[in-house]
Formats: sequence, structure tokens, C-alpha cells
Amino acid sequence: MKRGLISPSERATPAIRRTLRAVQGVLLGALLLTGLGPMLWLAKAAVTPTQDTLRAPLAIFPTGVDLANLLTAWTRVEIDKYFLNTVVIAAGSWLVQLVVATTAGYALAILRPRYGGLVTAVVLGTLFVPSIVLLVPLYLTVVRSGMINTFWAVWLPAGASAFNVVLVQRFFANLPREVLEAARVDGAGPARVFWSVVLPLSRPILGVVSVFAVVASWKDFLWPLLVLPDSAVQPLSVRLPALQRYVELDVFLAALAISSVIPVALFLVFQRLFLQSGALEGAVKG
Amino acid sequence: MAVQSPVRAVAVVPPPPPAPRRRRTPVTWVRRGGLTTLLFLVPLLVVFGVFSWAPIVQSVVMSFQRTNLVGPVTFVGLDNFAQVLADPLLWTAVRNTLWFAVLALVFGYPIPLVAAVLISEVRHRRGLFSALAYLPVVVPPVVAVLLWKFFYDAGPSGVFNTVLGWAGLGPWQWLQDPGSAMPALVLEATWAAAGGTVIIYLAALAGVPAEQYEAAEIDGAGIWRKVWHVTLPRLRGVLLVTFILQIIGTAQVFLEPFLFTGGGPAGSTMTVLLLIYDYAFASSLGGDYGAATALSIMLAAVLAVLSAVYLRVTKSWSAS
Repeated sequence: MKRGLISPSERATPAIRRTLRAVQGVLLGALLLTGLGPMLWLAKAAVTPTQDTLRAPLAIFPTGVDLANLLTAWTRVEIDKYFLNTVVIAAGSWLVQLVVATTAGYALAILRPRYGGLVTAVVLGTLFVPSIVLLVPLYLTVVRSGMINTFWAVWLPAGASAFNVVLVQRFFANLPREVLEAARVDGAGPARVFWSVVLPLSRPILGVVSVFAVVASWKDFLWPLLVLPDSAVQPLSVRLPALQRYVELDVFLAALAISSVIPVALFLVFQRLFLQSGALEGAVKG
Repeated sequence: MAVQSPVRAVAVVPPPPPAPRRRRTPVTWVRRGGLTTLLFLVPLLVVFGVFSWAPIVQSVVMSFQRTNLVGPVTFVGLDNFAQVLADPLLWTAVRNTLWFAVLALVFGYPIPLVAAVLISEVRHRRGLFSALAYLPVVVPPVVAVLLWKFFYDAGPSGVFNTVLGWAGLGPWQWLQDPGSAMPALVLEATWAAAGGTVIIYLAALAGVPAEQYEAAEIDGAGIWRKVWHVTLPRLRGVLLVTFILQIIGTAQVFLEPFLFTGGGPAGSTMTVLLLIYDYAFASSLGGDYGAATALSIMLAAVLAVLSAVYLRVTKSWSAS
């Protein structure tokens, strides 16, 4: 294993080893408290009666567990409906982002038209425009085109992600050209090469883009709030603040817990992907 | 580069002499796959055209117009800018946004760096450490804010006030007090974002060559001197980038003030983005799209100038 800041001989020194162990113990404690603590509390509060949570928020089940909260939230508060909306919005945004990023990446990195540099430059340019500048005109576009209260209003703008295009384009540019050449010699046209060679070779980067797309969509708040004023089509993130006003506290906390399950589960399953691509995001932004 | 070889082949191969240089006619363009390439670019051109490039242009145009969805559109010159600059709320919002940015730097800038340096020296289960640090980042921001809003409950049995009570302190007013509302927002925002920065620093730390530490040790450097003379200089580039990214991010803070406090109490958490939202969409003001776009253009311009100056000034620092 590669050594870091502290040398093996320093690690062997008892004083340093003891300090290091203590510091790492404190660090782990702090991370557990801040990283896991709030989530564990939410999980606990989701199955605790309102009165217990209000009177002694840090006590663990003083008068027992109330699993009915989750059921009430899911059925009577119709979290199931908003959950489904969130899933549909995320799935559509994912598909649009994937289609735009892969077709554009293929054209720009492999087919390489003369005007490719210009297209890349204009796509990259959008990275420098804060999204707030787009907010009002984009909203008016959606209103005028009648997309308001339809999922298209969220799906289509999600595709305009320069970050995705750059990621996919860079990955495609590094694919082994001999393989693509061989496919071409065998008589495969550009569309066939794209579908049967490039996409299967690109699973890693498609995974990264997919995870980003789903998580970003799950997190999004302001845009769906503006373009989906009808509560029947709203996702969880938009609906939760409104629910707070007329739902009992324990059921509300259960709804919050349900809303976090999918992103947290995705993270636990694809940890490596998240942690690596999180760093990637920094690299591309830089 | 690779495009050129087939082009040259076509130019050389054709046997009939009468066409010495058949340059790009539409037919040859299609035959060489130009149309296919363009078709592959259609999704990008349509989506970016309609949902990114057009709105950017439109935003600039609209900042010089008086528009709402019903009345006719009229050009009003710089009126929108003048109106926004004369709004006393703007200066409150600017002051609050700066305050948020400063607090976020004080809380949020050193913590991820210290955490990342410590995590990178963990030998066993380092993945657990970084996963715990990153977990708050994947919690949906709306859930995080609503949860923290409950934690900040001002009563003596609020979650944070209970903890304060153990130490004989509190109860504090947290979000209800104009003095503590903004720091409370920043605390949550830092909690939500720090993990992402930790991961970026961890990647940068993994790239520090072991030889440099060894060389420093031969010169007799202890752990602190290695941190100061090897680790930090090596991270300088990424530290400079995360610094300006954090400024740009905090200048656009919206979710926390919107959901925690709605700009209150007494306007103490009204930020620039919240003001833009209020100009355009709030029920009381609302529909003043000209003012909203004018303010967002000004914000974007300030951030662009700031980043350009920053890059210019720091260029020499990161090179050395």
C-alpha cells in the first residue's frame, strides 16, 4: 500500500501511534454523529408517536414503536403518489440526459465534424452561466409552450447538462479506435457502431451519468416547484414543505424518512461510484 | 485529425479526371456521413438550443423590457436595472448574501480540508470514513432542511436545545432570532455540502507523491512541517478552485432561506436569489420578470468579473 503523509517509522513511534489512534477515534465519532446521526434520528422518529418526539426528542422509544406512521404517510397522505411522480420524473430526466449526452458525445468525439469545436465551445460556455439567469425565461418558455404541469417541463431542460456532455465526450474520445475501426471494416454504419460497439464499451461512464442524473433529479426543488403547480404531478421534494402544514408531526417525519430511502440506498449500493465520481465532478468543474 | 485521412483518400482515389477537386457539395457532404453526424447532434442542438442558449439570450433581452404574461412587451432601456438598484431590499439581500458567504467560508472551508487530511491517513476501513462524510450529500436537500428545521425548534425540548440543556445552556431561539438565523442556515448548509469537498480533497491527497514526503523526512521534517511544506502546497491548486466555487455557490443560496425562514425574521435571511424569486414569482410582488432578469444578469456579471479577477490574481500563486 502506498504510504501517505506519516511515514512507517513515525507510525511505529508509540507516542505518534497513540495520538493518531485517538485523533482517528474522535474523527470517527464526529463522523458517526454528524453523518449518520441525523439519519438514524429520522429513522427513529419515523416510527415514534408525535408526543414522544415532541417531549423527549432524543429518548429512544420511551413509549414504544408506532409503525402505523409509515403506513399512514404512504396511504392517507398519498406519499405513494408523490413517490411515484418522483420516480417517473427521475426516470424521464435520466433517459433524456443519457440520450443527449451519448449521441452528442458520439458525434463530437468519434464522428468529429468540422464544426465540432464550435459546438463543444458553446456547450462548455453554458457551464459559466449561473442557472439563475435561465430561470425566468425558461419558465416563460414552458408556460407559452403549454408544458406547464407536464413532466416534459422537467425532463427536457434536464438534458441541457454540459457536465454530462463533457464527461461522455471525454470517455468516448479515449475508446480504443482499433475496435471502432474493425467494426467499420466489417461494414457497420455509424448508427450500428454507436449502438453495438460504443455504448456497450461505455458502461462505466454511463453508470456515472445515470447515478448523477437520478440523484440530481431526486434533489431538485425550485424548478419542479415552478413548473408543476398542480399537486397531482408534484414530486416529493416539492410536496413535503406543503405537507408540513396539515400533517401530524410523526407522519410528516415518516414521510421525510420515506423520501430519503431511495437516494441513501443508491448511495450504499453504488458507494464506490459516488465517491469516485464525486471527485470527478470537482476535477471537471476545476 | 482522423477525419482528414478518409477525405484525402476520396480526393485521390476517384478515377475520372474531369473533377479535379470536387469540394464540399451537399451530395458529397451527405455521402461522407455529414448528415448522419448532424442527426446525432440533433438531441443536443434541440435541447441546448431551446432550454439553454435561447433562455440565456432571452434573459438579456428581457432585462431591458417590461413584461408580464398579459400586457404588451415594451422596451424600457435601463429602467429595470435602475428600479432594482433603487430597491432598499436589494442592499439588505446583498449584505445578507455576503454575510452568508463569509460565515460559510469560516465554518465550511477549513472543516473538509482537516477532515480529508485526517481521513487520508486512516489505514483500516478508510471507505467507512469517507462514506460517513459523504452521506449528508445524498440526503435530499429539502428533507435535510425540513429535518433541521425541526432540530432548530426554539422550545426547551427542541433537539438542539435539549443537547444545550445538558450543558446548562439555552434554550436558544435559533431561527426566530435575527442574529442567529443566518448562522443556523449556514450550519445546515455546511453539513449538507462538506462531504462533497472532502471527496475532492481526498482525490487530490492521493495524488501527492510519496517521494516528496520522503525527501522532506530526509531533511528532518516532522509531521506538521510535512503538512505545511508538502501537503498544503500540493493541494494549492484544488484549494484555490474550491474556494472560488464555494463563493459562487454561496452567492446563489436559495433553498435554505426559502424553506427555513422565507427571508425572515425581519429580513435577516433575505438573499439575492430569494429576491429574484420574489420579484418573479411571489404572490405579493410577483410577475415583475424584467426586474428579476435584470437582477440575475447583474448577479451573473458580478460573479463572472469576480472569477476572472480571482483567476488572474491567483494564477501566479498556483504556478509556483
